[in-house]
Amino acid sequence: MKQVFARPKSLKPAATHYCPGCGHSIIHRLVAEVIDELGIQERTIGVPPAGCAVLAYNYFDVDMGEAPHGRAVAVATGIKRVLPDRVVFTYQGDGDIAAIGTAESIHAANRGEKITAIFVNNAVYGMTGGQMAPTTVPGLVTTTTPGGRQVNRDGAPLDLTQMLAVAKGAVYLERVAVSDPKHIRQAKKAIKKAFQVQLDGLGFALVEVLSACPTNWKMDSITAWQWVKDSMTKDFPLGVIKDETGYDAGPETEAGDDR
Amino acid sequence: MKGHISIDRERCKGCGLCVHFCPRQVITVSKDLNQKGYYPAEPVEAGEDAKGCNACTICGIVCPDVAIEVYRD
Amino acid sequence: MTKKLMRGSHVLGEAAVLAGCRYYFGYPITPQNEVPEYMSRRLLEVGGTFIQAESELASINMVIGAAMAGGRVMTSSSSPGISLKQEGISYLAGQELPAVIANMIRGGPGLGNIAPSQSDYFQATRGGGHGDYRCIVLAPASIQELADMTLQAFDLADKYRNPVMILGDGMMGQMMEPVTFPEPVDPAKLPEKDWVLDGAKDRPQRIILSMLLDPKILEAHNYKLVRKYDAVRENETAWEMTDCDDARLVVAAYGTAARIAGGAIRRVRQRGLKVGLFRPKTLWPFPAKPLEELSHRVRHILTFELCAGQMVEDVQLAVKGQAEVKLYGRPGGVIPTPEDVAHQISHYYYGAHLDEEGPGGGA
Repeated sequence: MKQVFARPKSLKPAATHYCPGCGHSIIHRLVAEVIDELGIQERTIGVPPAGCAVLAYNYFDVDMGEAPHGRAVAVATGIKRVLPDRVVFTYQGDGDIAAIGTAESIHAANRGEKITAIFVNNAVYGMTGGQMAPTTVPGLVTTTTPGGRQVNRDGAPLDLTQMLAVAKGAVYLERVAVSDPKHIRQAKKAIKKAFQVQLDGLGFALVEVLSACPTNWKMDSITAWQWVKDSMTKDFPLGVIKDETGYDAGPETEAGDDR
Repeated sequence: MKGHISIDRERCKGCGLCVHFCPRQVITVSKDLNQKGYYPAEPVEAGEDAKGCNACTICGIVCPDVAIEVYRD
Repeated sequence: MTKKLMRGSHVLGEAAVLAGCRYYFGYPITPQNEVPEYMSRRLLEVGGTFIQAESELASINMVIGAAMAGGRVMTSSSSPGISLKQEGISYLAGQELPAVIANMIRGGPGLGNIAPSQSDYFQATRGGGHGDYRCIVLAPASIQELADMTLQAFDLADKYRNPVMILGDGMMGQMMEPVTFPEPVDPAKLPEKDWVLDGAKDRPQRIILSMLLDPKILEAHNYKLVRKYDAVRENETAWEMTDCDDARLVVAAYGTAARIAGGAIRRVRQRGLKVGLFRPKTLWPFPAKPLEELSHRVRHILTFELCAGQMVEDVQLAVKGQAEVKLYGRPGGVIPTPEDVAHQISHYYYGAHLDEEGPGGGA
C-alpha cells in the first residue's frame, strides 16, 4: 500500500477557518505543495493580506509577516531587499491587490521586485461579508451592488493582471482557476513557475487564481465552482498574460496532467 | 489497480466536491453529522463487482480541507 | 571622529548610515528632498538599498518589511507625507518593529507651505495613527544634535522594538553647521535579533502578526506595550535647562524654537531680566517631572512654538496649575526673530511685575 496523496509538509495540520468549498484552502495547499517540491520551506517568507487569508500564518509553516491591507507587495519588497536570497511571496485577495493596493502592485511589478504574488480573485470582499470587489463581475449580487453589479453604476470589473503586463519588470503573469481537477493542476503548474521565476531572479511574477466564495455568492460549493468556470472566465479569461521567462515547456508537468 | 481513501470525518465540511468530481462515484455523503454539524463525505463500501477506487487522487485534489488521504493498494 | 560642515538633511542621512542603516525608502517632498537624494548616493557606496517608492504610504510599508527582516531601516518625509505613513507607524508599534522616521515639519494643515514649522507635535507625540501606541520622539535643536539623535534613534528603536521619530523642520534640514560624527557601526556586528523573519531554517516558524482577534489577547498585548512605554519614560526622558536657577520666568521651547528663544533670553538677560529656558529633547516621553519641580519655584512659563500651540498643553499638564502658562505661538511657517521673542518675554515679565524685588518677584 502506498500513500499517493497527503497534506504537504509546508501546510500545517490545523483545520482552516475557511468556509466549505472555499478556493483559498485549495490554493494554500497548492502553494505549500510547490514550496515542498522546490525544497524552499526553510528560506521562504510569506506576507498574508488583510482579508479572509489574513490567518494564512496558521496554515503555512513558513515565516510569515502580516501586512496592512493592500500593502503586502510593499512589505514583501522590504523583506526581499534585506534578504535577497530568501524566497518571498505575497498571498492577497482581489480587494487587497487590485483595489487599495493597486499602486503598490503596479510599482512593485514595474520595479521588477523579485517576489512572487499569489492573487486570489473571488470577486468579492469575503472577510468583511461580501461587498463588491474591483473584480466583481457584472450581474453578481453583492452586499454593495443591489440587484447585481451594473457597469454604468458601479463601473466594470478591473483586470489588474492585464494592467501589470505593461510593467516592464513583470516577467510572468498568468491567470488560472480553481474550478475542477484539471484547472487545479494547471494552477499549481503556474504557481510553481511563478516561484521558479523568483528562484532564477528574473523579476516580478504573479499568478491570479479565480476562486469560489460559496458563502458570499450564496451558492453551494459545486455551483460556485461551476460558476467560476462558466461566468468569471468571461470577464477574466484564463491563460498566460505575459511570459518573458524564456522557459520552454515550463517546469516538468505532473504525471497524468491532462485528465 | 485498486486503491482506497480515508476521509477525516471531523475535518470535512460537507462541501460535496469530492462526491461530485469522483470519476468512479465511490464517495457518498454520510448520514451522521460530525462535531461541527456537517454531513461529511465517506467512501462507499465497494462491493466485489462495483468499480472500486483506483487511487486517481482527484478527490484529494478538490478537497479544500485536505481531509482526504489516498492510497494505492 | 571626523568634523565636517554639512547641511542638516545630509547629516541625517550620514548619521543613519553611520548607525548601520542600510535600507531607506522615501518619496520626494520639500523641504526634505535632500535626504532621499543623499541616501540614494550614500547607500550605493555602502552596499545598502535605496528605493524611491511610489508614495510615502508605500515607503512606510517597505520599512515594515525591512524591519521584519532585521534590517536597520529609515524613512523620512515632511508633514503631509508623514500623515500618509500613520497607519504604517501604528503597525510598526503594534508589531514591535524597530524603525526610524524623520519628519522635517512644514507649514500646515493641508498642503500648507514649505516653511519651517512645529505644527506636527500632536501627530508625533499623541500618535496620528490608530490604537494605543507611542512613538519615541526626539527633537534636535542643532545639526550636531541631529546627528547624535539619529544614531540614538536607531539604538532606541532596536532596544525597545518601536518606531522612533526625529522631528526637524524646514530650517534644520537646510541649515549648515559643523558636525562631528562618531565611528561607524558595522551592521553585521549589531546584536542578534532572535525574532526576525529570515526563513525557518533549523528552527520553528516565526510569525509577526498584528491581528489579535481575542480581546483578552489584544488587551494583554496592549498592556505589554504600556509597560514598554513606561520603561521608555523611566529611562529615556531627556531635557535641558539653561539659566533656570535664578529664573523668575521660564521659556519652554524645543528644536528651532528653542534656538530662537536662546537668542531672546541672552538679550533680555543683558537687560537684567531673570529668564531661563526649559528645552525638551524627547517630546515623547515629555519631561513632565522636571518641569513640574521647576514650577514649584518659577510661577510663570512662556511656551514658544512655531505653531498655534500644541506642546503648551503638555506644559500645562506637567505644572498641574502651579504656574501660569502662556503661549507665544507663530504658525504658518513664520519665523519670529529673537527680538520678537524677547519682546514677548519682556511684555510678560513686566506685565507680571517680575522685575520688582521680593522673593519671587511679583508672584
